[in-house]
Amino acid sequence: MRFYEYESKALFARHGLPLGQSGVADSAVHAREIAHRIGRPVVLKSQVLSGGRMKAGAVKFADTPDEAAQIYDEIFPIIVGGQKARSILVEEKSPIAQEYYAGVTWDGRRKLPVLIFSDMGGIDIEEVAEQHPDHVSKTHFSTILPVTPRIAKEAIAATGVTGGALNKLTPIVSKLIDIFLEYDLTLAEINPLVRLEDGRFVVLDGHVDMEAEARDQHAKLLKELGIGPEETRQARPPTDFEIRGAEVDASDHRGVAGNVVEFDGNLGLIIGAGGGSLTLFDAVRSQGGHPANYCEIGGNPSVNKTCELTKLVLSKPGVEKIAVMMNVVSNTRVDIVARGVIKGCIEAGKDPSETIAIFRIPGAWEEEGFKILAKHKVDYCDRSVSMYDAAGRAVAKMKSA
Amino acid sequence: MPGLFIDVKVSDKAAKDTAVVAKLAEVCPVDIFAQDQGGALRIVEENLDECVLCDLCMSAAPSNSVEVVKLYE
Repeated sequence: MRFYEYESKALFARHGLPLGQSGVADSAVHAREIAHRIGRPVVLKSQVLSGGRMKAGAVKFADTPDEAAQIYDEIFPIIVGGQKARSILVEEKSPIAQEYYAGVTWDGRRKLPVLIFSDMGGIDIEEVAEQHPDHVSKTHFSTILPVTPRIAKEAIAATGVTGGALNKLTPIVSKLIDIFLEYDLTLAEINPLVRLEDGRFVVLDGHVDMEAEARDQHAKLLKELGIGPEETRQARPPTDFEIRGAEVDASDHRGVAGNVVEFDGNLGLIIGAGGGSLTLFDAVRSQGGHPANYCEIGGNPSVNKTCELTKLVLSKPGVEKIAVMMNVVSNTRVDIVARGVIKGCIEAGKDPSETIAIFRIPGAWEEEGFKILAKHKVDYCDRSVSMYDAAGRAVAKMKSA
Repeated sequence: MPGLFIDVKVSDKAAKDTAVVAKLAEVCPVDIFAQDQGGALRIVEENLDECVLCDLCMSAAPSNSVEVVKLYE
């Protein structure tokens, strides 16, 4: 869940990171007031949840409060990356001597958080890493061992920064690591972190992403930042299909079944288990299939919940078949899911044997599940058939239909 | 009326025993058994297919007085 820049900075401010004077304007009059209070030239930045603001002309400078008001009216209507501005951040313009980059994120391959630092900030860090690899350091650290400022110091020094700059940057970057860990973030980024001409270091722009599953844990912070529970902060608003899926999931506390994302294909998916959803979705596409939806089921959803999810997926126009596939399950019961999907097909007025292209859920209570599937003449397979091959069987049926 | 997958049969004697009925309503994790205000047994048909085959009902009632039928066998 992405934060707006002003929210990221509010979070940084709580932890004492150095920031310029600023205010969030929701009108031209307000922008003028903020600029007047700052009493210096300002920069006005559109608050959207996407990059490319500068290229879109949604970041501009103003020398006077009147000019700030005029620029507010100019940049507020600009659509950036398909998004309207929520507000305009008015911030003091800083005379920059040097720009740095500092970011903390997860390294999925190493399964550890990683601190990325560069003494060439202000541009895409990927571009710097490609063209000037000696100016980028990557430092992995443990989530178990205590985090000390030494981690930040070594990362910064690895790019050749020394002396006073090293000493001033270290606590800033170290606090960024603390923020990343404390709030279950998937990304905490400062770009640029600048050294001003007077020698001070200031966070000029920040970007924070919080793990969506951690929202409840940090409800107090989100409330204080003004982020309402209704704000999904997804790339697009949920579709009716997705809203109905969420309703199915919320209807019963047992298990997960209903976390769906709508796509425009014709093969409905009931998929899940230990990362299985993504793997299976990719497998369907890799085999030439066209998923009608992404989906997550697990945690042993009830028969009724699985039934309702099945009916929902089958209600999508153009969806005639579903593939029911999971990784090997332990806490989800094969027989319960089998009952749910068969019942869903029947209640949707469809023949399970014709509608379920493949049922591939091996694991707990599979013998019982396979009896149910056999009784209803549903094509099923056990763990001897890989998820990839099971997806292939479903796609082949779609093509031959 | 049975479920699509599961049916439950309770002997007349057990169904009339309010103590047994209360026990059945207490142990079933998916609320297949309910006790009316008069103490009589009511099978909650919409929950039949949720049966997890835990056999707690059969353990709670006198021997052979409750039967869980798998309609797919």
